[in-house]
Amino acid sequence: MVGNLYIIEKARLDDLIRLLREDGCRVVGPTIRDGAIVFDEIASAEQLPRGWTDVQEAGHYRLERRTDDAYFGYVVGPYSCKRYLFPPRQRLFSITRNGRPLSGFDVDVTSASPPRIAFLGVRACDLAALEIQDRVFNAEYADPYYRDVRRSAVLIAVNCSEPGGTCFCSSMQTGPRCTRLFDLALTELPAAFAAEAGTERGRALLERLSPQPADRNVQHLVELMLESAAEHMGRALDTRELPEILLQNPEHPHWNRVAERCLACANCTLSCPTCFCSNVEDSTDLGGSRAERWRSWGSCFTLEFSYHTGGFSRSSVRARYRQWLTHKLAGWHEQFGMSGCVGCGRCITWCPVGIDVTKEATTIADDVRRADVAERGARERSR
Amino acid sequence: MPVDGQAKLAVYKFSSCDGCQLSILDLEDELLALAERVKIAYFLEARRHVDPGPYDVGLVEGSISTPEEAERIIDVRRECKFLVTIGACATSGGIQALRNWADVEEYKRTVYAHPDYIRSLDTATPVAAHVLVDFELRGCPVNKYQLLEVLGAYLTGRRPQIPTYSVCMECKRSGNVCVMVAHGTPCLGPITQAGCGALCPSYHRGCYACFGPSDSAGPRSLCRFFMERGLARPDIVRMLRGFNGYLEPFKQTSDEYESDHIRYG
Ligand code: SF4
Ligand code: SF4
Ligand code: SF4
Repeated sequence: MVGNLYIIEKARLDDLIRLLREDGCRVVGPTIRDGAIVFDEIASAEQLPRGWTDVQEAGHYRLERRTDDAYFGYVVGPYSCKRYLFPPRQRLFSITRNGRPLSGFDVDVTSASPPRIAFLGVRACDLAALEIQDRVFNAEYADPYYRDVRRSAVLIAVNCSEPGGTCFCSSMQTGPRCTRLFDLALTELPAAFAAEAGTERGRALLERLSPQPADRNVQHLVELMLESAAEHMGRALDTRELPEILLQNPEHPHWNRVAERCLACANCTLSCPTCFCSNVEDSTDLGGSRAERWRSWGSCFTLEFSYHTGGFSRSSVRARYRQWLTHKLAGWHEQFGMSGCVGCGRCITWCPVGIDVTKEATTIADDVRRADVAERGARERSR
Repeated sequence: MPVDGQAKLAVYKFSSCDGCQLSILDLEDELLALAERVKIAYFLEARRHVDPGPYDVGLVEGSISTPEEAERIIDVRRECKFLVTIGACATSGGIQALRNWADVEEYKRTVYAHPDYIRSLDTATPVAAHVLVDFELRGCPVNKYQLLEVLGAYLTGRRPQIPTYSVCMECKRSGNVCVMVAHGTPCLGPITQAGCGALCPSYHRGCYACFGPSDSAGPRSLCRFFMERGLARPDIVRMLRGFNGYLEPFKQTSDEYESDHIRYG
């Protein structure tokens, strides 16, 4: 059953949510809040943004009514699974003086107990981002909270048949089809869901939803929908030799032009599903008897990020933007064996002034490629 | 810094609304713990009794806006080992610094029946324009937890953890939907220093920059974006000249937007 395509009725979606809850999961899925579709805990399919879509452009996001009543007719919102696996603020430990002569301190490392979460409606880019975060938080040195939430997490993915205005997952080879990591992957058809189990757990779930084997036509339809989706991305990024180009051109004038627009506000990094940096801060109480260590989302766009004994190593906004883009699109390959960008478009949509990674990287890359071609031409002519 | 015993604390008021001093009284739960570690020696807003200086820590609220204040702040500096300015007025001149762009004499004539009774300076300026300040705590009003952090850090002998990055950091951490991107509401959060916990965006309003410019604030880019989205120059000038308009780079950018000669491409 794993790997085969089945059909389930749309009404089964609510059963799915109920089953997951009965299994002890908090179901986290897309729902409308404050004019956007965000991930939040939901209790029934009624809370899904049925019949809504999102219009996304650089620095722009609006909800709109669809002409149909699709459950998943939109793409990703400002936050991803990251929020749940790597929470924005976490206490790492606390220390209290106990007045005893030798040890002197009690150390408490207990963290919030990790919830069992079923993520409903994660997209292919979200899965790819999880894969990246796994390499950061769940590899040789595992973050215990991340590891525990990740281990028990159920992933109900949705294939994207209508990419958004800032999506470019097909350029990054991460979507629009979910190919791995999921327990269950759904494709929304007009009158039903096509469902595919990716794991034993997914198979067991699917079995409880009265699945019917999908016939050739349905299989073909799903193929067509996803192929067409791949051709209708809102954005594109030519990644050929991109790491080399970016790393070899730290003085390209375009970095200055971006820096004139960039506010160093850090929205891009905090909404990016793969960015993993954090601040660690210690605090003491007034009486000096108790201290706590907290970790919170950090960003390479802040000035403090590069603070060390000698001062700030990235005081200009230019240096910070360049650091971000080159790490994401180039350095990451060396570090993690894959690009740090999954093409979800969040940084483009949620940049308050609409700075667009694909545009900035393309401007530099095209310029360098053109110059290379010109140089080669000149060399050949002179031979 | 006193290792044992209590530090002597003084709280001063200059030209201000008293809101920041109220933040100290607002500490309620923490006030007892605070009173154990510091002796509140001078705090007229809270008690009439005054212990003579010198003091270990002085908190100054308010801007310097009269000749008398310009003299008094020098005495205050003399009697405090560690001087902290609290709030927008003391750190930027505050809302009253709007007079720095206007004719004070004309204001006096308009507002007061006997303008000759009024003795004020032509400008309202931050404390740091007059004396050396050891730490500036921003906010209109200050965040009481940040105030506690500054005092706690002083008492422990460590650096206070007062971030100077943008409000957006706090906004994204709290999981808000960005009001700029999703609602088209102009927001100064990207160029404003964190500290309030992104209070206004949490209530679907744009940030008013109560905590002044962030360490990397680029108001030109943000304001150019506002103009592209239909805001007029005077609106932008008014936005920048709020509680912290007299602080750079808000001041310079607001001046540029006021003068018609500057063009942005
Ligand atoms: S860099 Fe931008 S598009 Fe790429 S994964 Fe991060 S938020 Fe998504
Ligand atoms: S690229 Fe955009 S979101 Fe990122 S720091 Fe710059 S202005 Fe902020
Ligand atoms: S609402 Fe304002 S403070 Fe929050 S992320 Fe958007 S621009 Fe930044």
